[in-house]
Amino acid sequence: MKLRGNVFKYGDNINTDEIIPARYLNTSDPKILGKYCMEDIDRDFTKKVRHGDIIVAGRNFGCGSSREHAPIAIKAAGVSCVIAKSYARIFYRNSINTGLPILECSEAADEAEMADKFEVDLDRGIIKNLTKCKTYKSQPFPKFVQGIIRAGGLMKWVKAGERE
Amino acid sequence: MGMTITEKILAAHSGAKNVCPGDIINCRVDILLGNDITAPISIELFEKAGAKRVFNKEKIVFVPDHFAPNKDIQSAEQCKRLREFSRKHKIINYFEVGRMGIEHALLPEMGIVLPGDLIIGADSHTCTYGALGAFSTGIGSTDLAAAMINGKIWFKVPSTIKINLYGKLNRWVSGKDLILYIIGKIGVDGANYRSMEFCGEVIKNLNMDNRLTICNMAIEAGAKNGIIEPDKETLNYIKKKARRKYKMYKSDSDAKYEEILEFNCSRLEPQVSLPHSPENAQPVSEVGNIKIDQVVIGSCTNGRITDLIEAAKILKGKKVNPNVRLLVFPATQAVYKEALKKGLIDIFIDAEGVVSTPTCGPCLGGHMGVLAEGERAVATTNRNFVGRMGHTKSEIYLASPAVAAASAIMGRIASPEEVVGK
Ligand code: SF4
Repeated sequence: MKLRGNVFKYGDNINTDEIIPARYLNTSDPKILGKYCMEDIDRDFTKKVRHGDIIVAGRNFGCGSSREHAPIAIKAAGVSCVIAKSYARIFYRNSINTGLPILECSEAADEAEMADKFEVDLDRGIIKNLTKCKTYKSQPFPKFVQGIIRAGGLMKWVKAGERE
Repeated sequence: MGMTITEKILAAHSGAKNVCPGDIINCRVDILLGNDITAPISIELFEKAGAKRVFNKEKIVFVPDHFAPNKDIQSAEQCKRLREFSRKHKIINYFEVGRMGIEHALLPEMGIVLPGDLIIGADSHTCTYGALGAFSTGIGSTDLAAAMINGKIWFKVPSTIKINLYGKLNRWVSGKDLILYIIGKIGVDGANYRSMEFCGEVIKNLNMDNRLTICNMAIEAGAKNGIIEPDKETLNYIKKKARRKYKMYKSDSDAKYEEILEFNCSRLEPQVSLPHSPENAQPVSEVGNIKIDQVVIGSCTNGRITDLIEAAKILKGKKVNPNVRLLVFPATQAVYKEALKKGLIDIFIDAEGVVSTPTCGPCLGGHMGVLAEGERAVATTNRNFVGRMGHTKSEIYLASPAVAAASAIMGRIASPEEVVGK
């Protein structure tokens, strides 16, 4: 799966309250959650983000609460993939379970700037910063996890498997 | 080779004799937990998957506590979803408003979680129950949905950091101060993916309420779980509550640890974590003159009876500073009732604080005390992220109930000693 988009760059320890503030958790409707994604850290995010864009961040992305609303909001906002130096444990698991592609790559994260153009080959874990003409390698997900992502999350994957 | 308490519990629930860090195992779950924010997603996934029944109606616990009593129509709909699903599937441990409390205070109090259990909850502070010698960890709504169907969940066995706390605590230094101090030392990802095992003479001498506070905040260092070996205090605590079998595991003397950290706690002062991260911990004497607008005493971190007793000791016979609003949230109905009996509620009201029904409300900026732009709060909760309690330009200082109470009286961040002496 190849993804292309512009970078939205953030720092370390971006927490789930920043990704989707608790005041919006009285719903789990992706369309509504997507509208408020990143609101407390970047007021302009939802105005500027285009379908396919990529969030790039530092260490411990997604720390804090267990809310699955966080990866759901990111996906619903149109983001195609997150690249970070590392992820908080529950967010990592929730991203796979909800079908949000995420990659770990310190170098790509360090060197990226706001609005750089990225191309990501999820199957091979290859990240290209087209603006800076740089290529990075990160660990791709194992095949079955790629399957989960492609299906759109764990439950859909399980269901699809049952039908086969 | 020896195993840690975490490894032993995971092994026992996966059917393996031994497990090592890095092993991927499929585990049987003893208790599953969801709340009014996370469980509605699980319920939807459960139904979409075509599941007809839950794997065990006694092992699933649903607590509407975040936006309950319902804060608005949408929250009411979410709580209704939980209620209707619970009725349909005859979920025994559904706790309605009036019988409920904040989930992580309620489950230990009711004897629902016990030593040796494997517990998962769609709430990050599910790690609280490690204080009883259980393996317990937060997960997302999808994992909860899957486990509601088959009672299982896969894990990667974490490596363990052993944290040995020794020395003698000063008066007014509590479990909250210890955990803020530790997070200040190792950072908010200092234990990412790993298990934190708390031990040493300081832990041995702490009561269960304080131990629950410590394990509650293991997630604030990124840990998969926090855990304390069960002992006499644990037995005392569960004696009258346990209605089923449990098992007390201990780490082997030759268990392998990824890291061993030692902290001398004898000179520790009460701690305050400055905005906007729990890792910004500082001794209260070094915080400086910080004027405040609101004080919140409660939550799953510090809303138990011991916490309210500590706060009341400081507030007794005094008045809250006229520039400060004091909000007290007993964590459960039982805590509320005990506080009434002990005369604590009188003390809070006489001090001109308000006392609320149990709810998560202000802890996550939901309702019952949201902060305005530029306001500052001292809170006994566990997260001081940007916007966590309201406006993105508000500030939260995390502290113990004693520091919070002292600050309420002084109108600025203050140490308990300033109010009641050493
Ligand atoms: S009191 Fe706060 S931290 Fe605890 S469960 Fe409720 S919202 Fe979460």
